[in-house]
Amino acid sequence: MSQRRVVVTGLGVTTPIGGTVATSWSALLAGTSGVRTLQEEWASTIPVNIAARVLVDPSEVMERVEMRRLDRSEQFALIAAREAWADAGSPDVDLERLGVVVASGIGGVTTLLEQYDILKEKGARFVSPHTVPMLMPNGPAANVGLELKARAGVHTPVSACASGAEAIGYAMEMIRKNRADVIVTGGVEAAVHALPMAAFAAMKALSTRLDDPAGASRPYDSDRDGFVLGEGGGILVLEELEHATARGAKIYAEICGQGLTSDGYHIAAPNPDGSGVRQAIAFALQDAGLTTRDIVHLNAHATSTPAGDVAEANALRLALGSDADHVAVSATKSMTGHLLGGAGAIESVFIVKALQDRLAPPTINIHNLDPAVTIDVVRDKPRALPSGDIAALNDSFGFGGHNVVLAFRSY
Amino acid sequence: MALTQEAVLAGIKEIVEEVAGIPAASIEMNKNFTNDLDVDSLSMVEVVVAAEERFGVKIPDDQVSELATVGDAVNFIVKASA
Repeated sequence: MSQRRVVVTGLGVTTPIGGTVATSWSALLAGTSGVRTLQEEWASTIPVNIAARVLVDPSEVMERVEMRRLDRSEQFALIAAREAWADAGSPDVDLERLGVVVASGIGGVTTLLEQYDILKEKGARFVSPHTVPMLMPNGPAANVGLELKARAGVHTPVSACASGAEAIGYAMEMIRKNRADVIVTGGVEAAVHALPMAAFAAMKALSTRLDDPAGASRPYDSDRDGFVLGEGGGILVLEELEHATARGAKIYAEICGQGLTSDGYHIAAPNPDGSGVRQAIAFALQDAGLTTRDIVHLNAHATSTPAGDVAEANALRLALGSDADHVAVSATKSMTGHLLGGAGAIESVFIVKALQDRLAPPTINIHNLDPAVTIDVVRDKPRALPSGDIAALNDSFGFGGHNVVLAFRSY
Repeated sequence: MALTQEAVLAGIKEIVEEVAGIPAASIEMNKNFTNDLDVDSLSMVEVVVAAEERFGVKIPDDQVSELATVGDAVNFIVKASA
């Protein structure tokens, strides 16, 4: 029996550049930065006070009572999932065959820290009874699962900044293995808070270009100095091909492969030889039945850190060989900042849009391309992708040495 | 000084509206928290803590399960404030 094929039939996001897929995608093509100086009082107490908050706050689209029982990460998940589910046509599906796989890198960290403040200031009796369901990292997945009444399984893979991509790969496998026909999947993150930001700053991981927020995230630029923390999330509805065609669903693209490896090298630093990334790409191509010649676009992990961007670019060159010359590489974190566990998810949404519109989004803020970067980076303006059958990859890597590569192709 | 039933009911209405999103106008003495107002066990904890703070009374945990209706809670608080 041939393998069950998996297609994308719904998309939803809330990002620093838009509250919906349509607005985020057009802002992305226009090269819009979502990075701002934080206005919160605490922001002046930490070394880095720039971040990419969502453009549309959940309070603008969600009822107050619902919000107070949900961590911000869970709010993002529900907002994106509602858009994606409606985009898929709000299908009437067998709930026993409906699953949810939504990841977060850190979970409800703001809830945890705010409730700890309440514990210290007012006492244990004032700690919210909603604290545990709000802080648990599976909370975003659980809330989406509850809303849709999914019964085929609700899961949350955690692999730091690779979490969102790992979730989508896991979802694809659930459908392939016949555990479900439809999966709502993606990743979210809501970690713009003094402690996570101070902690990332302590690692010297964040850009300190505080006087130029919109220019701070500059993947592949010679003067890049770290990532900018972003928040938000992305959700895709994945569906078994025949299930989708039988109900006349709009099909955006096919998700056709994943490659997973681990570096075994360092808890936070990328392996400079890029071997883990190279192997993950090879596995993803093999799983997808694609060759390097089929790949025309790649949404890179490229977070704007000095070490990471070059290690990834070298790995891409090694993995794709001379075929890297016809791969349009986009580093969309230059505009959205780094959404950690949400990154692989919004970037997968962007890849699906790129395949649909045949347009690779730009990478902004490259004034001087790092000469060590020998891949073909799409700079400043979108670039047209070829007609015919085309395929694209998403790279996502996480602290801990997690490497996840997803493969998509036009349908 | 003992609180009046009217004052406590008005306060409970505000608290339940804030915690559970139930319009104050639909909250009456005979309404059951769970069945009529959709206040689940977690939200009930919030109602109790908010009521304690607002009315300056103590509602022991072993009493909370006895407070099935809004009237039960109002009467308990009026009595406790006396």
